[in-house]
Amino acid sequence: MTEISPPDVAVPVVLAVNGTDYRVAAEPRKTLADVLREDCGLTGTHLGCEHGVCGACTVLMDGEPVRSCLLFAVQAQGAEIRTVEGLADADGTLHPLQEAFWRHHGLQCGFCTPGFLMLSAGVLESRPDIGDDELREALSSNLCRCTGYQTIVEAVRSVRDAAGA
Amino acid sequence: MGDPDGGRARSLIGESVLRLEDRPLLVGEGRFLADVSFPDELHLRVVRSDTAHGLLRGVDLGEVREAEGVVAAWSAEEVAHLGAIEFRMTGFDELRPHCQRVLAAERVRYVGDPVAVVIAEDAYLAEDAAELAFVDVEPLEPVLEAWSPEAIAPLTLEHEHGDVEAAFAGAHRVVELEAAVGRHSGIPLETRGLLARPVDGDGQQGNRVELYGIAKVPHYNCATIAAMLDLAPGQVVGREGHVGGGFGIRGELYPEDLLVTYAALKLGRPVKWVEDRREHLLAANHSRDQSYRVRAAVDGAGVVQALDAEFFCDQGGYVRTHGATVPNLSVALLPGPYLVPAYRVRGHIRLTNKTPAGTYRAPGRFESTFVRERLMDAVATACGLDPAEVRRRNLIPPEAMPFDRGVSTLSTPVVYDSGDYARLLERLLDHIGYGSLRESLAERRAAGEMVGLGIGMFVEKSGLGPFDDVRVRRTEGGGVEVVTGAASVGQGMETVIAQICAEVLGVDYGDVTVRHGQTDMIGRGMGAFASRVTVMTGVAVYLAATELAATGRPADATFNADHMTYPYGAHAAVVSVDADTGGVTVERYVVAYDVGRAVNPMLCEGQIIGGVAQGVGGALLELFSYDADGQPLATSFMDYLMPTAAEQPQVEVLLSEDAPSPLNPLGLKGAGEGGTNACGAAIAAAIDDAIGRPGAVTALPATPESVRSLIRGAVTRRLPRPPEVKQADRADLRTHLSICPRAPL
Repeated sequence: MTEISPPDVAVPVVLAVNGTDYRVAAEPRKTLADVLREDCGLTGTHLGCEHGVCGACTVLMDGEPVRSCLLFAVQAQGAEIRTVEGLADADGTLHPLQEAFWRHHGLQCGFCTPGFLMLSAGVLESRPDIGDDELREALSSNLCRCTGYQTIVEAVRSVRDAAGA
Repeated sequence: MGDPDGGRARSLIGESVLRLEDRPLLVGEGRFLADVSFPDELHLRVVRSDTAHGLLRGVDLGEVREAEGVVAAWSAEEVAHLGAIEFRMTGFDELRPHCQRVLAAERVRYVGDPVAVVIAEDAYLAEDAAELAFVDVEPLEPVLEAWSPEAIAPLTLEHEHGDVEAAFAGAHRVVELEAAVGRHSGIPLETRGLLARPVDGDGQQGNRVELYGIAKVPHYNCATIAAMLDLAPGQVVGREGHVGGGFGIRGELYPEDLLVTYAALKLGRPVKWVEDRREHLLAANHSRDQSYRVRAAVDGAGVVQALDAEFFCDQGGYVRTHGATVPNLSVALLPGPYLVPAYRVRGHIRLTNKTPAGTYRAPGRFESTFVRERLMDAVATACGLDPAEVRRRNLIPPEAMPFDRGVSTLSTPVVYDSGDYARLLERLLDHIGYGSLRESLAERRAAGEMVGLGIGMFVEKSGLGPFDDVRVRRTEGGGVEVVTGAASVGQGMETVIAQICAEVLGVDYGDVTVRHGQTDMIGRGMGAFASRVTVMTGVAVYLAATELAATGRPADATFNADHMTYPYGAHAAVVSVDADTGGVTVERYVVAYDVGRAVNPMLCEGQIIGGVAQGVGGALLELFSYDADGQPLATSFMDYLMPTAAEQPQVEVLLSEDAPSPLNPLGLKGAGEGGTNACGAAIAAAIDDAIGRPGAVTALPATPESVRSLIRGAVTRRLPRPPEVKQADRADLRTHLSICPRAPL
C-alpha cells in the first residue's frame, strides 16, 4: 500500500486565486470552499448545500465553473482559480456581469449571487454567442430562492448581447 | 456605477430605482453569518435523533468528551433549566405542553430532534466528535398522518357566522370536495446559523452577549433569549448582518439559538453554529401540510351562499413559535375574495412525528386558496359555467368596501380595506386574451396535445402592526440616517425606506443610510414578516421625515396600526402535460396584483416573480415525504426539488394600483406574498384543463407520478378520509371556545 498522508493532518497547500498565490496549511480533507473562505479570507464564495447541487460555491478553475464544495483544496493546486472577489477591476470598476445583475435586479438576498456570477462568467467566456435556450439551461446549474431566475437570465443575456454588438 | 440613478427632482415613490443593497453583495463583500468569525471562536454541532418516535433511554457522551478538540458536550440534563421555547404569535394554553425544549429529554418526536450538543475548537472536529455520541432510543410507533386517531389533538379552531344550515337546506345544489397541500417550506439558500460572542459590559449593563446571524425579529428574539437565560433584556444584543433569504422559516427562535448563546456565556468564548443543508431540511420549520374537506351551498345562479369546511393541520412533533398562526390564517382567509354570506370552519391542529411546522410565504393562504379555488372550479363545472364567470358572480363588489369578513386573525379583525376585485380579474383576462386563448388551447388539444389554462383569485394580507418606530436625523456631510427596528431578509427594504425618506426630504435616496436589526440602536422593533415592512416602517419613516423637514431637528415617529391592509390578486397559468411521463411544463404564467401603491415597481415585480417560483415549487416539485418508519426521504437537494431556471416559466406581472389603502397616508399594501398565493390553484386548474378531467387534481404537489396516474386511472385520486369529529370532541370544542375568546380565532 502506498504511503498517504492522513486526512486530518495539515499539509502545505499553495493556491493561485485571482492572480495571487496563497500559501496555507490545510488538512487534505478540507474542501476548496472552506480553504478559500477560512484560510484565504475570501468569504464571497458561499456554501448553500455542500453536496454539489445549489452552486452557491461555484468558482472558476482554469476557466471552468466548478463546485468548490466538492473539491478538496489539495486538488486545486496548480490551477488558476477565480472567485467573485476577482471579478471587478482593482479600481472598483464592476465587471459587466456585476453591473448587469445590479441593473436588472438579478439579486435579492445576494447569497446565491457570487455563484451565479462565476457560472455566468465561465459560460460567456467559453461560449460568447450561446443561444437563449442553452443559456437558460446552463444557468439551471445553480439554485436561487429569491428571484425566480428571470432577472438573472435577463442580466446575463444583456451582457452576451452587449459583447456581441 | 457606484452611484445608482437618483438625485433628480421627481417623485421617488413609484420609481424603479436601483437597490442600495447590491454593491457589497456583487463584489463578495457580503457579511452573512458564516462570514463573521472571531479568532478564539468555538464551533457547535448538534447531535440529532435518527428515530422518528421513541423513548430516550440515555445519551452517552463519554467518548465525545475525550475526542480531539472537544471543549464541552451536553445532553438534556445539563440544559434542563433553559426550559421550552414559548409562542411568539397566536399562542393557546392548550398548545403550551407541546412546546419544544432546547434538547429532547425522555422522548424524541421527529428525526432531527436535538438530543445533545458538542462544542469544539473547529467545525470539522465538532462534527467528528458528534459522531461518537451514543443515543439510546427505544423506538415507538410513529404517527405520520394528521387525521390518525393516534395523533395528539390539542386544539381545534372553530368559527361560524351566518346561517350555514339554512343555506344548505335551501341550496340549489351542494358541491363538495377534498383537497390537500403537501409538506414543503421556504428553504432559503443560506442555511440557519448563529454566532454568540460574550463582550465586556460597561459596568452598568453587566456583561453582554452579541448575536450575529439573528434575523427576522431581532428585538423579540434577543429579549426572549435574555429572559430564558435570566439576563436583563439589554444584555443580549442583536447584530443583524446580511440575511440569505427569509420566507417565514428563518429567524424564528429555535432550540439551536438558545444552545449557542448559552454555550458562549458558559464557556466565555464566541460560539458559532452553521447549519448544514441536511440539518436544515430535517430541523428548520416545515410548512403547509393541510388536508381539507369542504362543501358549498350554491344557488341557481352559481353563487355560493354558504361554505362549510373542515381541515387538518399536520403540526409535526412540537408546536413552535408560531403557535396556531398558520391554521388561524387558513380559518380567516379561506373565503377569499368571494361574498360567502354564511361560513363555518373547523381547523384541527394535530401533532405527528415529523419536523415541527411554522409559516412559509403566504402561510395558510397557499393552502386555503388552493382549496377554495378548486371549489370554485367545481362549482363552475357543476353549474355549467365558465370558470371566470362563476368567479365574477361571487366576487365582493367594490361598493361593499370596506368589507368586514366577520372573522379575526393575528388578533385583528379581518376587514378588507379596499379593492375592485372584478376590475383586476378583467385586466388579467384581457391581458391573456381569455376567449381566444381558450380557443387556441382547445385547438391544440384537438390536435393531440395536453394543454390547458387555469385561473386563481385571492385576497392577501399585509402590514401587520401593532407598531413600528423610526428615528431620522441628518448626519455630517449631508447624509440622512434612518434607524428602525425592522429587519432585512434580502427583500430590498433599505432601498424602499430610503426612497420614502428621500422623497419627503428632497434628497438623493443614495444619501440615506438605513440601520436595522441592531437592537442596541433602538428600543423596540417588530422585524420583518407578514409583508409588513414597506407598510409599517415605510409610513413611520414618512412621518418622522415629515417632522424632520418641518423642524430641522432629529425626529422620532411611531406608526400604529390595529388593522392589516389587504392586497389582492389573480393568477393565470398555461401548462402542457406530457401524456407519457405526467410531467407538467408551465408554458406561461401571469400575475395581476394590486398593491395599493408601489414604492418601487421593480422590487414589487421581483417579489412577485420570485414568489411564483416558490409557488411553482409547491405546486409541482417540493415535498417532504416520509417512509413508514417516519424516516424523512427528502434530506438533500437531490430529493427536495426546488425549481431551477429550466422549470421556472417567464412570469408576466400586471402590477396594479387601483385600490390604495385608506389605512395609511401613502396608500401602501405589501407585495411579498401575492406571487406565491394562487400558484397551486392556477396550476391545478390548468392541469385539469389539459388532461380534460375537471376536478382531477386534488393534491399538491402534482408530481409526474400523480399526474400520470390521473391521466391513466379511471378514478380520481382520493385522499385518506379524515374521521368524523366525535360528539365527545365537540364538547371539547365548546370548552376551547369558552376558554379562548373570539379574538385569537
